[in-house]
Amino acid sequence: MSDLRFFIDPIRCIGCKACMQACSECATHRGKSMIHLEHIERGTSTQTAPMVCMHCDLPTCAAVCPADAIKRTEDGIVQSSQAPRCIGCSNCVNACPFGVPRYYPEIDQMLKCDMCYDRTSIGQKPMCASVCPSEALFYGTLEEFQARRKGTPKNTFQFGAQTITTKVFIVLPEGEIGLDMDVISHMDARFEPDAFDHLDPFAHLEPLPQAQGGLL
Amino acid sequence: MAKPPLSREDYLDLYGPTLHYTPPGGFRTVDDYDDLVDTHCCFCGQQCGIKLKVKDNAVVGFEPRYEFPFNRGKLCPKGIKRYLQGSHPDRLLHPMRRTPTGYERITWDEALSETVAKIQEIQAKYGKDSFAMLSGVSLTNEKSYLVGKFARLALQTANLDYNGRLCMVSAGAGNKKAYGIDRSSNHWEDITQAKVIFIIGTNIAECFPITTDYIWRARDNGAKIIYADPRMVPMARTADLFLPLRVGSDSALLMAMLHVLIRDRLIDEEFIRNHTVGFEETADAVSNATPEWAAEITGIPAEKIELAARWYGEAETGMILHARGLEHQTKGVDNVVSCANLALATGKIGKPGCGHSTITGQGNGQGGREHGHKCDQLPGNRDITNPEHRKYIAEVWGCPEEEIPGKGLTAQEILNAIHAGEIKGLLSLCFNPLVSLPDANFNREALDKLEHYTVIDFFLSETAQHADIVLPGSLHEEDEGTSTSGEGRVIKINAPVTPPGEARRDWEIMLDIANRLGRGKYFQYTSTREIFEELRLASRGGTADYSGITWDKVVNTMGVFWPAPQVTERGKTTMNIAELDSLHPGTPRLYEGGKFYHADGKARFNAVKWRESGEVVDEEYPIWFTTGRVVSQYLSGTQTRRIGPLVDQFPHPRLEIHPRMAKQLGIATDDWVTVQTRRGEVIIQANVVNTIRPDTVFMAYHWGGKESANLLTQRALDPVSKIPEFKVSACRVRLATPEEQAEGERVKAASARTEKNLPAGYGLNARRQELRR
Ligand code: SF4
Ligand code: SF4
Ligand code: SF4
Repeated sequence: MSDLRFFIDPIRCIGCKACMQACSECATHRGKSMIHLEHIERGTSTQTAPMVCMHCDLPTCAAVCPADAIKRTEDGIVQSSQAPRCIGCSNCVNACPFGVPRYYPEIDQMLKCDMCYDRTSIGQKPMCASVCPSEALFYGTLEEFQARRKGTPKNTFQFGAQTITTKVFIVLPEGEIGLDMDVISHMDARFEPDAFDHLDPFAHLEPLPQAQGGLL
Repeated sequence: MAKPPLSREDYLDLYGPTLHYTPPGGFRTVDDYDDLVDTHCCFCGQQCGIKLKVKDNAVVGFEPRYEFPFNRGKLCPKGIKRYLQGSHPDRLLHPMRRTPTGYERITWDEALSETVAKIQEIQAKYGKDSFAMLSGVSLTNEKSYLVGKFARLALQTANLDYNGRLCMVSAGAGNKKAYGIDRSSNHWEDITQAKVIFIIGTNIAECFPITTDYIWRARDNGAKIIYADPRMVPMARTADLFLPLRVGSDSALLMAMLHVLIRDRLIDEEFIRNHTVGFEETADAVSNATPEWAAEITGIPAEKIELAARWYGEAETGMILHARGLEHQTKGVDNVVSCANLALATGKIGKPGCGHSTITGQGNGQGGREHGHKCDQLPGNRDITNPEHRKYIAEVWGCPEEEIPGKGLTAQEILNAIHAGEIKGLLSLCFNPLVSLPDANFNREALDKLEHYTVIDFFLSETAQHADIVLPGSLHEEDEGTSTSGEGRVIKINAPVTPPGEARRDWEIMLDIANRLGRGKYFQYTSTREIFEELRLASRGGTADYSGITWDKVVNTMGVFWPAPQVTERGKTTMNIAELDSLHPGTPRLYEGGKFYHADGKARFNAVKWRESGEVVDEEYPIWFTTGRVVSQYLSGTQTRRIGPLVDQFPHPRLEIHPRMAKQLGIATDDWVTVQTRRGEVIIQANVVNTIRPDTVFMAYHWGGKESANLLTQRALDPVSKIPEFKVSACRVRLATPEEQAEGERVKAASARTEKNLPAGYGLNARRQELRR
């Protein structure tokens, strides 16, 4: 099995969607993107998190497929459903603990990230990890990753009683990352209305209730 | 001439923007292309390397170009989907003349004769300078150079300027004042070696996305990141120190940082002594600029200002990066030299991991400001008022020196002069001032007053809709040449396809016009390579010296950093292009050993006095208004607002507003609000986000018509760089009335057509025939 791994580091993600645009250019599913970008509530954060298929060692999606349409290759890649077999029942969609497979009604078939099999099988990098401007998505060996990057890659996940190990690693940040997103909490004179007067067009209005550490 | 004859909706029906989703030939599930051509992205100043897939003379997709050292395969969404601009149904395919009911197709001969007749008529009646030219910096170096020569020698007008005037001129002017040369101080690899990176007024993740990786690499090497911006932009989120400064207060922050550096002796006295001039005066100017003083102005806690200064001062190596947030102001140049003061005071320049760089927003923002299509400049970044510079260029051009006009008006001043009736005719090339210049209503009035306007472009932009004659030019992938990236790296653009229909390469169009104006003797080129060779000679000895750069070398080494002067004696005296040498390896890092480009080799400190922006908030307009970009759109959107997947990613501008202000005004996300300034108003949907200062609202500027942020901005100019104050205005915001909301919804619905939904009159099938070639 190839020692090339896929790493996802959400802390680096800048929400640019280059990954989604590039995935939709893959030869096998051109026009459709197989990577999802989760937005944390935009009102309170600019954090985004990309999500590809985790390529589980023992894929739940394949286990629940009644038509045996989902295959795992020798190099550990869990494929999209096979066209003639898939009966469009969406069992996989419901069963995947990571919420990855999607049912496409227009073709009555499940499709998902196959780690760009057309590319990775001939030694190329997946499209999304190639383009990701900030290397939130990285494709390489564990050693390469550790040599140049901080953070702890993790590929064992616990879902209730089920332990899952995957080909894809999620990178956990080193130490604590303070993500205080409200700009007010980084500003001056938060609690001195006078000092803030000329900066704040609403200072003359009724003050807002104050909650922990900031206004609002 | 007069107002465009059609309504906005009619233009939409006829010329788009149409949202284009499918490559020529449709999506295929097996790779199907004839050729893979190495080139670069057509959008931002990073100029990422990319491979374009080509089939039947059309661009049908992309591949990452891993071997290009700057981006190593990385791309942003714009680069990935840029291939959809080729074979686009809105593409201009033949020359057109305006009629009372729209446009009619005419021949090239008719279009060129009419343009030339109008130029001659207007110039005979009102003088040479009454006909102006405006151009863009998405153009290659060759085209920029040609435009500079064309306006001066063919149109014989002084009034030529470029859209870099809306972008990096403050940085250019500031760099020249401080360092004597206008370029990023170093190649981007230096970023990765910096121990502290101070980023101010630039949304790197969305405007220069690949640079994100350089900064993360620095962080992995232990660098601290200081981020100053009125918004918690994506990269600020994980910065070690976030400084949410109020718009327009940059120089106060920078002065206070210098104050702390000097107070705490965190300066490099030896460097200052040996390599700089003017420190004492600058130190005096910041003697009262305490962090407490700056805290009042900026809204940043004084301790954080101290900390930022200490981190920057104490670190062994450090970089300062900035962009339009700090430059797009009436204090743009002050802000840039204030950054330079920090770099010079600490000696953090000219060494590995050290530097001070502006982030060029536009594709060839760097090269475009070197080759003479600025109103005050001749090739090689020469000064148009300097007799020696003029003499040299006259020699290269083979013309009498008096034939080169003097200094002309800048971009906004040209529009002002058109409005005032002083300029009567205009030729523009890839420039969309109606969307990109401030105070759009004023500029629209100005365009309506023109006696004649010819436009060279590939799509009918908002501005082009005012043209009397439309000449279909070329897309990036249809012409070859060089471009200079934000790093200062000269790269080679290749042309995988030829222009479709009757469209032609821009430089060939200019040559034809020059010929018809009887000035053909100055424009004897048969290829863009020949133009580059002349550019080399013209730049020789100037500060932006390209004389040691050849196309072949650029290709073989994946780019050459200018300045690359000649290195042997043979070339020094020759005026024969064929004898130019090319042995210089290029200059990735400037100022090594503390050598600067002023005559005495020393850098200059520039004392800055704090002053307020051109417009400040008051009772009537109590809220700061600022503008910027989103990652899926580019500049005035002429290209990106036509690419379906990019529009889907960010279809309309939104007003970002802090929950505190939103609550006071009774506004929730998705509510329609009306934003008003002294110039105009915009009806737009709100996005309530706590990632912006509570006294500021933000809107992206890529849209035209009634969705244009520049309806609100002002024409106040920086006194030195003449850059408009895009980033600072005073506004008021309120919930829209039901009528206003209906209007907003109508505008939103009518902003684009999708391919599937085109009206019968669009003639898409006919166009497709031509596009197919
Ligand atoms: S690995 Fe390939 S198929 Fe999977 S999300 Fe990335 S680009 Fe798409
Ligand atoms: S390309 Fe990378 S940074 Fe951009 S959204 Fe995808 S994962 Fe995030
Ligand atoms: S727009 Fe800039 S970052 Fe995006 S692909 Fe083009 S050059 Fe690269």
